[in-house]
Amino acid sequence: MIKVDGIHKSFGKVRALRGVSFDAPNGKITGLLGPNGAGKSTTLRVLYTVLRPDRGSASIDNADVVTDSLAARQRIGALPHGAGLYPHLTARENIAYYARLCGLENHAIDERVENLVALLEIGDFADRRTKGFSQGQRTKVALARSLVHSPQNVILDEPSNGLDVMATRSLRELILKLKDAGCCVLFSSHVMQEVAALCDDIVIIANGKVAIDDSADGICERTGCDDLEDAFVRAIEMVGPA
Amino acid sequence: MRTLLTVFAKEVVDNFRDRRTLASALIMGPLFGPVLFAFVINLSIEQSLGDMDRTMTLPVIGQQHAPNLMNYLRSHNIDVVDGPADRDAAVRAVTTGEQDVVVVVPDGFGEQLADTVPAKVELISDQANTQAERDARRVRTALHSYSQELATMRLVARGVSPLVLRPIHVDEIDVSTPSGRSAMLLGMMSYFFIFALLMGGMYLAIDTTAGERERGSLEPLLSLPVTRDQLMLGKIAATCVFMAVSLLLSLCSFFVALKFMPLEQLGMTPNFGPAVVVAAFFVLAPFILLGASLMTLVASFTKSYKEAQTWLSIVLVAPTLPILIVSILTLRPQLEFMFVPSLSQHLLLVDMIKNEPVNLLHVAISVSSTLAIGAALTWICARLYRREGLLG
Repeated sequence: MIKVDGIHKSFGKVRALRGVSFDAPNGKITGLLGPNGAGKSTTLRVLYTVLRPDRGSASIDNADVVTDSLAARQRIGALPHGAGLYPHLTARENIAYYARLCGLENHAIDERVENLVALLEIGDFADRRTKGFSQGQRTKVALARSLVHSPQNVILDEPSNGLDVMATRSLRELILKLKDAGCCVLFSSHVMQEVAALCDDIVIIANGKVAIDDSADGICERTGCDDLEDAFVRAIEMVGPA
Repeated sequence: MRTLLTVFAKEVVDNFRDRRTLASALIMGPLFGPVLFAFVINLSIEQSLGDMDRTMTLPVIGQQHAPNLMNYLRSHNIDVVDGPADRDAAVRAVTTGEQDVVVVVPDGFGEQLADTVPAKVELISDQANTQAERDARRVRTALHSYSQELATMRLVARGVSPLVLRPIHVDEIDVSTPSGRSAMLLGMMSYFFIFALLMGGMYLAIDTTAGERERGSLEPLLSLPVTRDQLMLGKIAATCVFMAVSLLLSLCSFFVALKFMPLEQLGMTPNFGPAVVVAAFFVLAPFILLGASLMTLVASFTKSYKEAQTWLSIVLVAPTLPILIVSILTLRPQLEFMFVPSLSQHLLLVDMIKNEPVNLLHVAISVSSTLAIGAALTWICARLYRREGLLG
């Protein structure tokens, strides 16, 4: 369960976030939707404790991301945008490294890595060094890596970027599996169809503010549009310029 | 602690598989010193030794005026050959560098000698040309000793002891030991060791900071439930290990290389046995932590791999600065110098190579001050990783 309460964040003169608030409950998929530069990544980076908010607070399962960041990190598995692997290590070694860092016992590591290799269907290239992996292969390994400590909350920053149809499909299946397991899944995207097909809740962000936070049907209803894309454009217009 | 060890083990394995890191740590650093050193030594041996034994050719104009002098020169390994046509041609030849030295024996040489007026001989050389000047000096010395010989014979012929010409006899006593003479040249060894040591960790320091950021693997790493201090310390520890290996290889390669260098010919016998190799390792070891944390710190501030490389090449040169200043000013080891990293290691190493007693207080200060600075830099690195600006 993720709670975001009025967070602000500026980089120099650029005000990236201007009071973002929303909740992402367990057992649901929450989508963070918005145009480029709206503040999606900044919001997620605050959540996985890489950035500190200037104002406001956020918590993961009631662990504050600033004051109790270690506990918060224990509760999340994060896939940052463009997450990189270690090119000289094999896919399996990349995953095992994170498992060890997350404090899994030695005997449990192999088993957990095996589970993830099966879950993400990366068996074919699991023992190859990741140098020269395709974008899809890399994303799968990075995703497996971020799930290594079986986190209750999963934060994915534009996970479907650069993936082909097959890879996008298996990613979607995985997200649904996580939901069924009772996880709280929060992911950002600018692909409308993907968000519409997957999410229980959609948070539309524009210019560092939440434009609207509702289910896909609710958003259409509130903006008076039949189509989610039109609703998206309308919602962004409602926020106004920064 | 477990986090630290995990990061450490991963960085060692990861970088061990990276050819560039491996080449710079295990080949480039350790071999650069001995190869350059062998080159310099051989050059200086050629310069200083070849001189007296080598037969030099000397163009002489007017050989027929002084047959005895020519014989004297030949007996001193100076091969007299025909010179340019006349004196003007000789001056031109020396000016253009075609000839290094030309001797002109003027027409009246024989008569002047017979009349016991100073007989004129001209020595044409370019004193600004150091290479040619060595030959000129040799000819000058030969001419001077010929002159001395004639003077002695004249005095004897007049019944005067030749000793009246030598009211003072200067006897030089050189107290430098063969090991001491080595120190000058071998002083630069200490920098090679520091260079090898830094080279060993350079790519690791870049890879674990700027490289990790550039690859996009830093952000996921920092979002793991581990404390950042431990990540940093693990990375610095891995860098230290590569540096230590590089230093050890460098010391060993010097140990082997010195056996094949004809240093005795230069009157040097450096004290660089196995015991000194081990001692040198421990004297230099504190510099590993300092170097690793300094390089990591510098690389942490850079935005990309390339930028980090640029800045770290400055770090590679920085330790020479104190060594250079002290060498130029020829300062003797003092207590204060032991507080300066790289300089203290250099001075202690020179003492060991000279086979002079090493001041244990100096060692203690050198080790503890270098370690203290290294620890402070490591602490700053760890603090730095708590900053969010690190992600750029």
